[in-house]
Amino acid sequence: MDWEYFFELLLGGLTRGSIYALIALGYTMVYGIIELINFAHGEIYMIGAFTALIAANVLTMLGMNELAVLVLASVVAILYSAAYGFTVEKIAYKPLRQAPRLSPLISAIGMSIFLQNYVLLAQTSDFLPFPSLIPELEFMEPIAHIISSAEVIIILTTAVVMILLTLLIKYTRIGKAMRATAQDRSMAMLVGVNVNRVISTTFVIGSALAAVGGVLIASHIGMINFYIGFIAGIKAFTAAVLGGIGSIPGAVLGGMVLGWTESFATGYVSSDYEDVFAFALLVIILIFRPAGILGRSTTQKV
Amino acid sequence: MNRFGNVLITAAAVLVLVFGVSGMAAAQEGPIKVGVAGAHSGDLASYGIPTVRAATLVVEERNEQFGGIDGKKIELLVEDDVCKPEIATNTATKLVSDGAHVVIGHICSGATKAALGIYNDQKLVTMSPSATNPALTQSGDYPNFYRTIASDDAQARLQVDYALKEMGLKKLAVIHDKGDYGKGLAEFAKKFIEDEENAEVVLYEGVTPGAVDYSAVVQKVKRSDADGVIFGGYHPEASKIVMQMRKKKMDIPFISDDGVKDDTFIKVAGEYAEGVYATGPRDTSKNPIAKKAVEQHKAKYGEDPGAFFLNAYAAAMALLNAIDVAGSTDYDGITKALQSEFVATPLGIIRFDERGDAIGIGFSMYQVQNGKYVELEE
Amino acid sequence: MKIQDIKESFFIAAWFILLTFPIMVIQVNPIENIIEWRWWNLILVGAGSFMLSFVWRYLMNRKAGQKRKESEDAEDIPLTQRLLRNPRFFVPALIVLGVFVFAFPFLFSAYQINIMTTALIYVVLGLGLNIVVGLAGLLDLGYVAFYAVGAYSYALLNHHFGLGFWTVLPVGAFMGAMFGVLLGFPVLRLRGDYLAIVTLGFGEIIRLILENWNAFSFGPSGIANIPRPGFFGVDFSLEASSRYLYFLMIAMALFTIFVVNRLQNSRIGRAWIALREDEIACQAMGIDKTKTKLTAFALGATWAGMVGVMFAAKTTFINPASFTFLESAIILSIVVLGGMGSIVGVIIGALVLILLPEYLRAFSEYRMLLFGAIMVIMMVFRPQGIISGVRRTYQFKGKGDKAVKTRETVKQPAPTTDHS
Repeated sequence: MDWEYFFELLLGGLTRGSIYALIALGYTMVYGIIELINFAHGEIYMIGAFTALIAANVLTMLGMNELAVLVLASVVAILYSAAYGFTVEKIAYKPLRQAPRLSPLISAIGMSIFLQNYVLLAQTSDFLPFPSLIPELEFMEPIAHIISSAEVIIILTTAVVMILLTLLIKYTRIGKAMRATAQDRSMAMLVGVNVNRVISTTFVIGSALAAVGGVLIASHIGMINFYIGFIAGIKAFTAAVLGGIGSIPGAVLGGMVLGWTESFATGYVSSDYEDVFAFALLVIILIFRPAGILGRSTTQKV
Repeated sequence: MNRFGNVLITAAAVLVLVFGVSGMAAAQEGPIKVGVAGAHSGDLASYGIPTVRAATLVVEERNEQFGGIDGKKIELLVEDDVCKPEIATNTATKLVSDGAHVVIGHICSGATKAALGIYNDQKLVTMSPSATNPALTQSGDYPNFYRTIASDDAQARLQVDYALKEMGLKKLAVIHDKGDYGKGLAEFAKKFIEDEENAEVVLYEGVTPGAVDYSAVVQKVKRSDADGVIFGGYHPEASKIVMQMRKKKMDIPFISDDGVKDDTFIKVAGEYAEGVYATGPRDTSKNPIAKKAVEQHKAKYGEDPGAFFLNAYAAAMALLNAIDVAGSTDYDGITKALQSEFVATPLGIIRFDERGDAIGIGFSMYQVQNGKYVELEE
Repeated sequence: MKIQDIKESFFIAAWFILLTFPIMVIQVNPIENIIEWRWWNLILVGAGSFMLSFVWRYLMNRKAGQKRKESEDAEDIPLTQRLLRNPRFFVPALIVLGVFVFAFPFLFSAYQINIMTTALIYVVLGLGLNIVVGLAGLLDLGYVAFYAVGAYSYALLNHHFGLGFWTVLPVGAFMGAMFGVLLGFPVLRLRGDYLAIVTLGFGEIIRLILENWNAFSFGPSGIANIPRPGFFGVDFSLEASSRYLYFLMIAMALFTIFVVNRLQNSRIGRAWIALREDEIACQAMGIDKTKTKLTAFALGATWAGMVGVMFAAKTTFINPASFTFLESAIILSIVVLGGMGSIVGVIIGALVLILLPEYLRAFSEYRMLLFGAIMVIMMVFRPQGIISGVRRTYQFKGKGDKAVKTRETVKQPAPTTDHS
C-alpha cells in the first residue's frame, strides 16, 4: 500500500469534507428549527462569495493592504449574507409557517432560482477570478505540495465554527430558545420564547456561516460564478442528512464522511463515479441508521 | 372526469387524426428572417450570448449599408434553448412557426442534434458557430447542417500529434469533464494515442463539473506518473485542475481544447495559466474583418466579445452572402451557394463542403505566454 | 392609505437599496481593475421595492381577511371546489373544454401545439408523482429517474432492436414500475426528509450512470434520431406530426386521469391516504405498510416510465442532461403548486409551470427570474396550491341514518413527519 498516496487522499477528503461541512451547518440549523430544507441556502453562500469579491476589489483599488482587505471583505460578506438570509426568511418562509409542509420547500426552490438569476443578471454569467485572500504562510512552504495554507485554514475554521456553535446552542440563552423552538414551537411560545425572533436569528447565523464558507472556499478555488451555490448546496445538504439532520457535530461528521468517500473513490476507483459512491453510501447508511449517523432515532409514541 | 367526456374527446381525437392534416406553406413575402438559437440564459449563457451579438452586428450593418438583401430587410428571431435538447425542439418549432428562413445555431451539440430533426424536415439551412460534435457532419443524417468551427476529432488529432511528435511525450493522462463536448474530445484523443506505438494512456478519468475541489484527481495524475495531461472540457474545470496541479508542484504540460482557449481562462487561472497549451481556431485577429468585428462589438457593448463571437460573425456573413447569391431564401439555392461561393469572413475566406464543414477553418496550437495565448508555429 | 404604511414602505425601500447595493450597483471587472457604479439601478430598486411593498401589504391583508372568514365558517368550501362539484357548471365547462382541446391544434401554430404537448407530458408526470407525494405522502425528489428510465428504454430498444414506439410504450411503463420497486425497497424504513434525500440520491445515481457508462447509454453525447411514433406507416409533415403527438398526449393524459382517479377511490388509494395521514394508525388498522408503500412507488413510477417513452419520441434526441435534479424539482413544484392530491390542481399546475416560462420568453433573460419570483409568490399567497385537495369523509348523522358521503377541503394535506 502506498501510504503517501493514501495520506494525500485523506487530506484531500478532509478539505473537501470541511467545505461541505461549513455549508451543511447552515442547512442543519435551519432544518433543526423549522424542518425546512432551505434550498436557497446554497445561494446565500454564493451571494456571500460575490459580495466578498466585490468588496475585495473595491478595497484593493482604494489601496488597502492585504490583511485589511481580507478582514473587511469577510465582514462585509458576513453582514450581507446575514441580511439576505434574514430577508429571504421574511419574504419566502415566514408567511408560510402555518402552511402545508411542502409549500415552504417549493417556495425555497423558487427563491433559489430567483437569487441565481438575480446575480446572473446584475453581475455576469461568466466565471470571475476570486482573489486569493488567504496568504500563503511561509512556514507552510515545506509541505505546500501536500496541503496549502488555505486548506489548513478551511479545516481549522470548520472545527472552530462547530465548537462555537455547539457551545452557543448548549449554553446561551438564545441557544436554549432555539432548542425549545425546535422541540415544540407552540410550547416554546407559551413559555415566553419569541419564536419569530429565534427563527430569524437562526437564519442570520446560518447565513453568516454560509458567507464564511463562501469567502474561504472561493478563495481556495479561485473563481466563482452564479451557479456555485446550487451544486455545493446539494452536496452540503446530503452531508447534513448523512450526519443526522439537526445535529451540529452530525453535519461536520457527515461532511467528512462524504468528502472522504469521494476522495477515496476517486483515488482508488474512478472519479467517473465519485458521486455515485457518495449517494450509494448515503443510501446504505440511511438503511442501517434511518436518522443519519448521529441523528437520534425517535421511538414512535402514539 | 365523467366518462362521456372521455369518450367524446377520444373519438374527436381519432377523427382529427384521420381527416384533418394539412400542410404548411412558408411565406416568401416580407423581410428575410434569420433565426438565432442558443443558450441565452442559465449556466451556459456566456457561450450563447456572443452569437446573438454577432448576428445583431452583422445584420444591422447589412441593413444600414445595403438596405438588407434585394431590398428586403433582414430580421432576427432570437430564441433561447438553455442548451437543453427538450427545449431546443420547442425553440426550433417556434422559429419554424415564426417563418425563419435560415438559422444560426444552436450552440451546444446536444441541443443542435435535437433541433436539427425539425429544421431538416422543414428544409431550413442551419449553421452553428460552436457545435463541434463530429457526428453532426460525418453521420450524413443532417444534410442541412453547416458549421463555422472544425469538428472535435480534428482538434483531438492536433492535440495528440502535438503532444507526441512536437513535445515527445510518452505517457499521457486524459481527463474530461463528463460532458458532451469534453468527453467526446477525450475519447478521440484516447483512441489516437492508443493507435500510436510508442505512447500510452496512463490515466483516463472524468471529473465532475462544478465540484468544489479536484485534489484527488490531481493526486491520481501525479501517481500515474504521466508526463503530460490532455484535458477535454471547458475553462472553469481546466483552471481549477491547473491551479491545483501547479499548487501541488506538478509542472507537467497541460494540453487542452477550444473550450479552454478563452481569455477568461487566463484571467481566472492567473499566473498558473502560464505555459498551458490549448488548441483553437487559427488566429485570425490580424484579419481586417475580424478586427472590425471586434471594434464594432466594443463600440456597441462596451466590452471584449465572448466565446465563439468570430465564428458566429462568420456564420452570419456566410448565410447572408448565400441568400444574396442565391437571390432567394430557397433551400437548394442557399445550399448551392454555401458550397460553391467563397466568402470573406473574420475566419478567413471560406466555403463549405458537402458534409457541411467549413473549408479553410482549422485548428492551431496555442500556448499561454506572458498572460496571452500565442499561436505556436507548426 | 395610512401615513404609517408609507413610512414602513420607505423603510422597506431603504432596506432593499442597502441589501442590493453591492450586487446591483457595483460591477467590478477584476481583470482590468475597473469598477463601474450603476447608480441608476439604486433608484430602480428603491422605487420598485417601495411600490411592491404596497402590493405585498395589500395582498397580505387580503389573505389574512380570507383566513378569518374561513375560520368563521368552517364549512365554507372554496369557490373552485363548489364550481367543480356543481353539475350545472361542470358539464358545460367540460364540453367547452373538450371543444377547445379538440380545436386547439387547428387554431394555433406548430410551436403552440408543441409546447402544449410538452405541458401535457408534465401533466402526466405530475399526476404520477401526485400518487407518491400527494396521496401516499412520500416526498420523492428523484422522480425524474423513472422518466429517464422510460426515455432510455425506448431509445435503446429502438437503437439495438429496432422496436417501435407502440411496442416500447408498455415496456417503458413496466420498466418504470420495476425501478419504482427497486427504489421502494431500501427506503421502506425511512420517513420524511430522509426519504427525500435518498430519492434525490437515487435520481442522481441513475443520471450519473447514464452519463458515464458509455458502452450502455452512449454517455453524454446521447442518442439521436429516435423515430417519432408511427401511425399505420403514414408520413407526416411537421405540422401534422405535431398534431398527432398532441392528440396522442391528450389520449395519454386522459387515460392517466381516468386510472389515477379510479385508483384514488380504490382500496389501495385509501390505504395511501391513510398512510399519509398517520402511519401508525394505518398499520394498526391492518394495512400492510410495505405493500402499500411499494405500490405507491411502483404505480407512481409507471406513468413516468410511460411518458418518458413519449418524451424520447417527441424530442427525437435524448441525453442525460435532460434528467437533472432541477427537473424533479419542477415536477414536484407542479404537484404542490397545483394542490396536492387534487387531479384538477395538478393539471393546472403543470400547465402554469410549463407554459409560463414559454410565454415569458418575451422577457427573454428575465424569464427565469420571474419564474422563481412567481413560484415564491404563489406559495406565499396560496400555500395550499391553486386547487386544494379534497378528501372523502364519512359523517355519522344521528341514529338510523346511513353514513353519508361528503367532501371537505383538506386543510393540511401534509406528508408524515418524524413527529407524531
